[in-house]
Amino acid sequence: MSERQITLEVLRYRPESESEPVFQSYSVPCQEEWVVLDALNYIKDNLDRTLSYRWSCHMAVCGSCGMVINDNPMLSCKAFLRDLPDHIRVEPLHNFPIERDLMVELDDFMDKLKSVKPYLIPDQPVAEEDGTYRQSSAQLKKYKPFAMCINCMACYSVCPQYGLNEGFVGPAALALAHRYNVDSRDQGRRAREDVVASNTGIWECTFVGACSEVCPKNVDPAAAIQQTKIASTVDYFKDLLMPGKRDKSGNAKQAAGDGA
Amino acid sequence: MEIIKTDIAIIGAGAAGLSAAIAIAETDPTLNISLISKVYPMRSHTCAAEGGAAGVSKPEDSLDKHFDDTVSGGDWLCDQDAVEWFVEQAPKELARIERWGCPWSRDEEGNVAVRPFGGMKVERTWYAADKTGFHILHTLFQTSLQYPSIQRFDEYYSTDLIVSDGRCQGVTAIEMRSGQLKAFAAKCVIIATGGAGRVFPFTTNGAIKTGDGMAMAYRAGVPLKDMEFVQYHPTGLPGTGILMTEGCRGEGGLLVNKDGYRYLQDYGLGPPDPWPRNKAMELGPRDILSQAFWHEQQKGRTIKTPHGDVIHMDMRHLGEVLINERLPFVRDLALSYLGIDMVHEPVPVRPVIHYTMGGIDTDRQARTPLDGLFAAGECACVSINGSNRLGSNSLTECLVFGREAGKSVIDRITTMSDADTTLVKQQRDKSQSEMADLFMRENTGESVSGLRREMNDTMESGAGIYRSADSLNETCATIASLRERFNAVTLEDKSNVFNTDLIQALELKSMIEVAQAMAHSARRRDESRGSHQRLDFTERDDDNFLKHTLAGYRGADAPSIDYRAVVITKSQPAKRVYGGAKS
Repeated sequence: MSERQITLEVLRYRPESESEPVFQSYSVPCQEEWVVLDALNYIKDNLDRTLSYRWSCHMAVCGSCGMVINDNPMLSCKAFLRDLPDHIRVEPLHNFPIERDLMVELDDFMDKLKSVKPYLIPDQPVAEEDGTYRQSSAQLKKYKPFAMCINCMACYSVCPQYGLNEGFVGPAALALAHRYNVDSRDQGRRAREDVVASNTGIWECTFVGACSEVCPKNVDPAAAIQQTKIASTVDYFKDLLMPGKRDKSGNAKQAAGDGA
Repeated sequence: MEIIKTDIAIIGAGAAGLSAAIAIAETDPTLNISLISKVYPMRSHTCAAEGGAAGVSKPEDSLDKHFDDTVSGGDWLCDQDAVEWFVEQAPKELARIERWGCPWSRDEEGNVAVRPFGGMKVERTWYAADKTGFHILHTLFQTSLQYPSIQRFDEYYSTDLIVSDGRCQGVTAIEMRSGQLKAFAAKCVIIATGGAGRVFPFTTNGAIKTGDGMAMAYRAGVPLKDMEFVQYHPTGLPGTGILMTEGCRGEGGLLVNKDGYRYLQDYGLGPPDPWPRNKAMELGPRDILSQAFWHEQQKGRTIKTPHGDVIHMDMRHLGEVLINERLPFVRDLALSYLGIDMVHEPVPVRPVIHYTMGGIDTDRQARTPLDGLFAAGECACVSINGSNRLGSNSLTECLVFGREAGKSVIDRITTMSDADTTLVKQQRDKSQSEMADLFMRENTGESVSGLRREMNDTMESGAGIYRSADSLNETCATIASLRERFNAVTLEDKSNVFNTDLIQALELKSMIEVAQAMAHSARRRDESRGSHQRLDFTERDDDNFLKHTLAGYRGADAPSIDYRAVVITKSQPAKRVYGGAKS
């Protein structure tokens, strides 16, 4: 194990004593195999007990430790020092109000997550005594990539649209809506359209695609949004050309056949 | 508002807490639920569970087989009435979250697929590739969003239960973003705060698993049961402790020592072939596999690395296609954190602290001995896990007993009067002044990180895979002094907003209390059973120890230790048998 002295320049903000954020530098003796989170924990345990940040699993699945590291939003538990220079700048995620140090406020996202109705809305739910739905591996594969989001907020941090218009529902929440829309067990697309296809939903996205580039879980929210746009456009023209022909869920009968 | 009035306070929003909340919301939408968690629900450690959840679903399996595997896996320390009920509920709860959208992996007919796991006669582990806990947690959390009666209090750190007149009447909690101490006045409280793996230095557990709920119940007079039983998972990555799921071995992975020899055949798990074979070799139970590692290490047959000794888990023969389909997450983890691609190289692994079998004393209906207080999930001890939990029973346990806690609350709450708000306010003020003392204390040189390191070290050296009276005496003494020294711990951070120095101090307090219960319970159990192995008492002793340990809180003193008989219904204690030519 080789040791490497690294300078971590960390954005600090303590709202009770500082009017605005300032950088603070720490010189940290690091092991080569460490991640940035290990270096932050070294600071917390040995240099400065006042530094605050979120973390838990240290295995890239709880989504707590998203932060901006040398200008890229990443999970600090998966930001390897071996890939980084000796001077590392660590900031809270962009596009969110900073609560303290590296912690940002998630209230807005939590509300948006809820607004897209991220749960199964089946037309004919399987009853308890009947057990489970059937779903082929092909049907599973259709939505599973969009079910991998860990809510780390990296995508919101780089989304130019969210930066300009905080009303925008945003990449992760729209990807999750899509995850349920394309699940063969779900017929709730119409119910979700109120928010998803509203003027703060998919049509706000200008398809820059930065969200998909930074996603640590390869969720591809940009693709989810484009696919939703197509489905929503088809709905619109169906309504226009064949008023009254569509069932209440918008896509129920189709979806069952689609996925197989 | 300093006092928040609610019908039910649920502490913890992982699989157990969310299951309880949804069960209550579905059944009686008029009941107001406060779901309190020190992290956002999707950060709960349920998300890190990989391999799967056990529940009988295939014709070749049976409830009796699940019962037998669980009871023998637990070395007959399980309460069998609870296990009978648990295995019966298990498939219903797994099916329920399928109906809520959980992306279970499927077989060719589109039914939920199952995989083999350690210590099981038959394949019965439902899985969502190798991120089962993650998908269960997100399914539950997202499903919970449709119930208006569930009001969330995210990033509230619960400090103490409010107890008076022989019943639990609420809980005090710090709103972390403001630093304000609030009190929840509740008719019933459910604790679902998970385990305490962070008591040890090398663990698969996330930073949040500090045993807060266990410690709160313990301080409130509820015994902690069977705390000496802590599970080492046999396959963690050296250095980080990242879990390589038992699914790796379920899919056919092999464990070999430095000579390339499948050493498990020397520890009652062989013969090695034919392979794969259920309940044999690499598909033996976790306690025996972790102990076998220790013996190999004593014999000098493990492999030295800068992060401690390892053995190799070899999955190369499984092929890239299967690994990518069934084990994509752990492939990436080993590659990222160790630079080892399991498709081409064996993965170095070593035993790592994974799960606390012990916990808050509860019965089959998730009730604690304290009226109005319930507990479910890893923080609770029913006990269905006995002295060694069967792999993939814990996710199911969260679902089954989380729901059960919800049902029990609904039964109890109808005749429960409102909490006494005057009393709640008094308790809040008392907790507030304790917190103020911590803030005001002059610097004594005792730091949170320093004490935590010493606690971690003494637990590993004295209460690890193998223990003895001597090692445990030393650990008990060290912990007693750490508790004393904690009274002098000082905060560097005196601010209010997200003071994680304060939160870590309070977590450390919980951990030291829990560690003390573990060490004393282990010291008094003069036998070897399941995960509790004593070098000075190497045999199981049913005459004296076929019973649960109950550690009782006694203020600054060491805990009292009492015992309660194990419930036996249909399986008399016998020798645990693994291996054999036929599965």
